[in-house]
Amino acid sequence: MKLPPLAPISFRCLRVWQRNFEIYRQNWKISFVPPLLEPLLYILAFGVGLAVMVGEFELQGRTLSYTRFIAPALVAVAIMYNAFFETTYNSFVRMYYQKTFDALLATPLNLEEIILGELLWGATKSLIATLLMGGMISLFGLFDYPGALLLIPLALLGGLCFAAFGMICTALVPGIETFNLPIFLGITPMFLFSGTFFPLQNLPGWAQGLAQLLPLTHLVALVRGSALHLWSGGMWLSLLYLLVFAALLLPLAIKLMVRRILH
Amino acid sequence: MPILQVDSLRKSYGSLTAVDGITFAVEKGECYGLLGPNGAGKTTTIRMLYGYTPRDAGRLQLFGLDIDEQLRQIKSRIGVCQQEDSLDPDLSVRQNLVGFARYFSIPQTVAEQRADELLQFFALTSRASDNVRVLSGGLKRRLMLARALVNAPELVILDEPTTGLDPQSRQLLWQKLAELKEQGITILLTTHYMEEAERLCDRLVIVDHGQILVEGEPAKLVREQVGQSVLEIAAPDAEILDILKKEDCRVETLGKRLLVYLQDGDELFLRLTRQLGTANCTLRPASLEDLFLKLTGRELRE
Ligand SMILES: Nc1ncnc2c1ncn2[C@@H]1O[C@H](COP(=O)(O)OP(=O)(O)OP(=O)(O)O)[C@@H](O)[C@H]1O
Ligand SMILES: [Mg+2]
Repeated sequence: MKLPPLAPISFRCLRVWQRNFEIYRQNWKISFVPPLLEPLLYILAFGVGLAVMVGEFELQGRTLSYTRFIAPALVAVAIMYNAFFETTYNSFVRMYYQKTFDALLATPLNLEEIILGELLWGATKSLIATLLMGGMISLFGLFDYPGALLLIPLALLGGLCFAAFGMICTALVPGIETFNLPIFLGITPMFLFSGTFFPLQNLPGWAQGLAQLLPLTHLVALVRGSALHLWSGGMWLSLLYLLVFAALLLPLAIKLMVRRILH
Repeated sequence: MPILQVDSLRKSYGSLTAVDGITFAVEKGECYGLLGPNGAGKTTTIRMLYGYTPRDAGRLQLFGLDIDEQLRQIKSRIGVCQQEDSLDPDLSVRQNLVGFARYFSIPQTVAEQRADELLQFFALTSRASDNVRVLSGGLKRRLMLARALVNAPELVILDEPTTGLDPQSRQLLWQKLAELKEQGITILLTTHYMEEAERLCDRLVIVDHGQILVEGEPAKLVREQVGQSVLEIAAPDAEILDILKKEDCRVETLGKRLLVYLQDGDELFLRLTRQLGTANCTLRPASLEDLFLKLTGRELRE
């Protein structure tokens, strides 16, 4: 597989970000509802319904309610969803159906800047969701401060990782229906098996090993560790994993998109 | 120095050669036409001009700048109206213009002023706050054109700007394009309307299968290659065919119709009508369409 070298990238990528931001702002009343209400639904379902069965349990020497255990994971999942769905369905529509990138290529922007703008926007959506959800969850006293403030940079880092992952899918799928495949094979398993709803230690050894390969596992570990003040040395490794993941996948995503669009 | 210099431009998609060594130059202030049947390679040529499609070979210079070295600078000085609509459906008519200006780093206040001028110019002011989704095809085309002018380009590249427009809108656009030309803006235009090319283009090329068939001023080309006028004879009988065989002129049979291409004057026409009667004969000036069909044939393209 031969990939083109990257063209120089300038501040102009922010123009693409700005376009998406302004449209988001126009519809903010609708856009704000899901991240605000979603945690309420989960807290209701798990906190009231499921917690009765699960009760409290011990994690790293602390006794936690089940609601408190899953609250950070909800934010991590939102980080994944917001970035991934932005750079898959939404970017695909802009690229393929709305010909937005075609129009932008006739301006001083180059394709690298357009794609980077989309990726940054995907990460921004993760950040917005994190702020809204995190704020709502904090009202219930489920997060510990100041550690929970680390969710802000984590949202951006995690957002970039999943935005890049989504964009790679966009560069490779033949049509918009095909996104079902990476969702079924990647996103849904991560949602379930990344230490989100139960500690990884509950899994058999081989599955724990597999889970360590998933980016969401590391994002959940970082978000939970920070938001609940459950610090551990393993968090440094998780941080390193996400940094390397982003450093590799971001340029790859841009290159694959350039290859897809320019021919 | 020409505004646009295209040199031996070439592009293949697999085994299909879409553009096969095209060379032409557009001078400042000129309206230059790029004509050709479906699939001739017009859009592919245009896309190479703004770096959308990488070319396989050839040299491209705009404003004397090489496209490989100064693409960004070149793109800030051109306006492109693509063949397919690429308006932003999430934005209003006015926002489409103001938002687009941002990509050229035009300050907000200047952009807004420019947008209002363009809305006025293209008679879109009353639709300024409408969503693009609800616009008719013709209004969208007009907005595409307005958007191509948002950066006050020195060269506008228009890929079939009037396809799908009603006669009123087309007339309006012709008038606007003429006004742009008066302002000294250079125009590169593709169209399937020969009348449009005849009216607007100072010079043009006709391409087919990615190659240039002919280049020049439309009226002159028609005169040289087709003749002065065309005599159309409906339902010709054997007698007419017999007479025509003796004359020195090009005759084309189209089903039940006969086209006789007349070189100069009506001398032959008078002689023919005297012998045949004028009942089924129509004399009309030769047109660019005649030339186009002569050069590219009458078969449909797949
Ligand atoms: N991305 C592509 N991949 C493969 N083939 C292509 C691609 N783009 C264009 N072609 C082919 O190249 C040829 C030239 O296409 P082009 O769009 O330049 O024609 P055109 O002159 O603009 O035609 P039209 O008048 O229909 O717009 C066609 O045969 C077309 O199918
Ligand atoms: Mg075309």
